[in-house]
Amino acid sequence: MNIIQAVNDALRLEMRRDPSVVVLGEDVGKFGGVFRASQGLQEEFGKERVIDTPLAESGVIGTALGMALYGLKPVPEIQFADFIFPAMDQILSEVAKYRYRSGGQYACPMVIRTPYGGGIRGGHYHSQSPEAHFIHTAGLKVVVPANPHDAKGLLTAAIRDPDPVLFFEPKRMYRAAKGEVPEGEVVVPIGKARVTREGTQVTVIAWGAMWHEADQAVKEGAALGIDAELLDLRSLQPLDIDAIEESVRKTGRAVVVHEAPRTCGFGAEIAALIQERCFLHLEAPVTRVTGFDTPFPYTLENEYLPRAPRILRAIREVVAF
Amino acid sequence: MRRVRDIEEARMRKGNLPAVGGGEGRWEREFPLRTVIADDGSADPAAVTLSDEEAVGLYRWMLLSREVDERMVQLQRQGRIAFYIGAIGEEATVLGTVAGMRQQDWLFPSYREHAGALFRGMPLSTFVCDLLGNAGDRMLGHQMPCHEAWAAGRFVSISAPIATQVPQAVGAAWAARIRGDDMVALTWFGEGATSANDFHTGANFAGVHKIPVVMACRNNGWAISVPRELQTASETIAQKAVAYGIHGERVDGNDLLAVHAATLRARERGAAGLGPTLLECVTYRVEGHSTSDDPRAYRSAEEVEAWRARDPILRMGRYLGWKRLVAAKDTEKFRAEAKDQVRRAVEEAEAFDPKPPVETLFAGVYAEPLWQQREQLAELRAAIAADPRTASPR
Ligand SMILES: Cc1ncc(C[n+]2csc(CCOP(=O)(O)OP(=O)(O)O)c2C)c(N)n1
Repeated sequence: MNIIQAVNDALRLEMRRDPSVVVLGEDVGKFGGVFRASQGLQEEFGKERVIDTPLAESGVIGTALGMALYGLKPVPEIQFADFIFPAMDQILSEVAKYRYRSGGQYACPMVIRTPYGGGIRGGHYHSQSPEAHFIHTAGLKVVVPANPHDAKGLLTAAIRDPDPVLFFEPKRMYRAAKGEVPEGEVVVPIGKARVTREGTQVTVIAWGAMWHEADQAVKEGAALGIDAELLDLRSLQPLDIDAIEESVRKTGRAVVVHEAPRTCGFGAEIAALIQERCFLHLEAPVTRVTGFDTPFPYTLENEYLPRAPRILRAIREVVAF
Repeated sequence: MRRVRDIEEARMRKGNLPAVGGGEGRWEREFPLRTVIADDGSADPAAVTLSDEEAVGLYRWMLLSREVDERMVQLQRQGRIAFYIGAIGEEATVLGTVAGMRQQDWLFPSYREHAGALFRGMPLSTFVCDLLGNAGDRMLGHQMPCHEAWAAGRFVSISAPIATQVPQAVGAAWAARIRGDDMVALTWFGEGATSANDFHTGANFAGVHKIPVVMACRNNGWAISVPRELQTASETIAQKAVAYGIHGERVDGNDLLAVHAATLRARERGAAGLGPTLLECVTYRVEGHSTSDDPRAYRSAEEVEAWRARDPILRMGRYLGWKRLVAAKDTEKFRAEAKDQVRRAVEEAEAFDPKPPVETLFAGVYAEPLWQQREQLAELRAAIAADPRTASPR
């Protein structure tokens, strides 16, 4: 199963289980979404539960909020994460704050699914990784699966979560990442990182599509005799701080990888946390391997993306420090 | 025409939606579909706003536009460019509007009006370089294909986010008025874009302040897979003008002469201080949304075929035939010339280095790079020197 199929499977199973789950967004109904993540759902659940909306992201999220208040479980899709910005007011000012500002009288749990990330020759409006904006806004959870199993399990958990969740899907890996996924219910709890390789010399922290690059870099590093530990964060908010601390205390070194630009990227927060909590264990500065401080480019996207060679270089530098 | 309407109505009945867009409702009477070229190619001379020479010239532009679109789709299929989005079937709308504006007027495009950039002097090979994102790309490889900018022709930079250009066009036209310049801005957008907040904002600002702007909606029936009737419950797009207190018109977007005449009227209104016009051009997207799309998944072949029969180039050809300005063999000759022009442009463009130099990655983020961009460029160069795989081949 690939990630698209896993997302589709999770949506279908949750819609069968819970009649309050609805899917809405641009092109999600009859067409099944431009990436076909909701393919076949309108046929099974009808037009009242799988809704083709007009072209307005603020409308998609604003109406989803109203549905959530009234007791439905909306799963709005934003066609590309790059097009989430027209909905920022609804997400940051409204969705994130509803529970807080009503003193807990109201809540608007929903799962905002959106494909993110580059490497598909999509230029800056089809490639960005805007996760940091949302992690920075209290009241939102932010989840990024790297493989089909986690896509299914995390999406299921997100739909059942009492809080609004931003669910970023690594579109470059949509069909490239394949793996065994059990039939029927799969739940991966939100807030738990996964150690995908145990090692002793350096902790490499990544998520989503960049986990795959980091994995390659770590394998190449192993061939050079470097014993790296690799963490797939899976959930950025809540963050599995215990997993990070435990690993960095053991290795004394950390390399954080993300596609988004470096300045104020989530890597900055992780580096600060490690520095605050593991300072006495550190053998080298915490290093970031990230996209550059530019808009996402078109032609030079592979130069921009923190691909395995750049990650490996950082790993070697940190280990040699 | 009848056939298309029948199909549209049938589609709407099937969807169990109110009968909008295809019937003879109140708003369609209020905003009648204006045409100039009759089915047999004849036209009332009093309604024709193009000289014979201009008419032939624009016919050739339409043929070139079609040739470019068809050829670029082929290049995409061959893997020579990554993506393409064109205006097949919408040539009369794009060229009729741009030709109705004056040279000094600014253009705020969506992503299908490449013919507008070319019409305003962007060399075809430069356009192809943009598609390739190569060393000859005027956008320095920063944007995906079909997001060109051509400042010399006052054709602004294309964005992917829908409808952002609409209030921007209003601002530019407003600035021209503040400066006392005779400049009316033209902005293009699809009917899907009329659902976006920025359409509302642009129309509202323009209405309140009587801004000289022509808001040209390419109502091509589809926003990717979403049909017009799921975009708005309005019978027409043009009637939206009423609520904004601005002028609205509805023209046959496949009739070059009708689009041109309507644009002239709209421009005149703007220049005379009468404010904006919402110009609905009723046309059809006969191909997929882009090379990434497969429209067979969501619409019928009959519908598409009915619209192919209303091809704007055939329509204009019939007019020129009726006027005895162009014979079939002339069209063949024009087509061959367009083909040749495109072939040469592709050749020229493909002669450039496939990648712009690495420093272009950081160019233009700010007027002058900050220390971050300078350091990161050095970091990238060092990484490439250490492991050439960092700079992947194209
Ligand atoms: C804000 C935003 N949301 C979604 C998209 C994805 N998208 C690209 S084109 C398109 C449909 C646009 O339809 P329309 O405005 O009718 O123009 P057309 O493509 O038919 O010319 C969509 C949804 C986008 N580009 N921007």
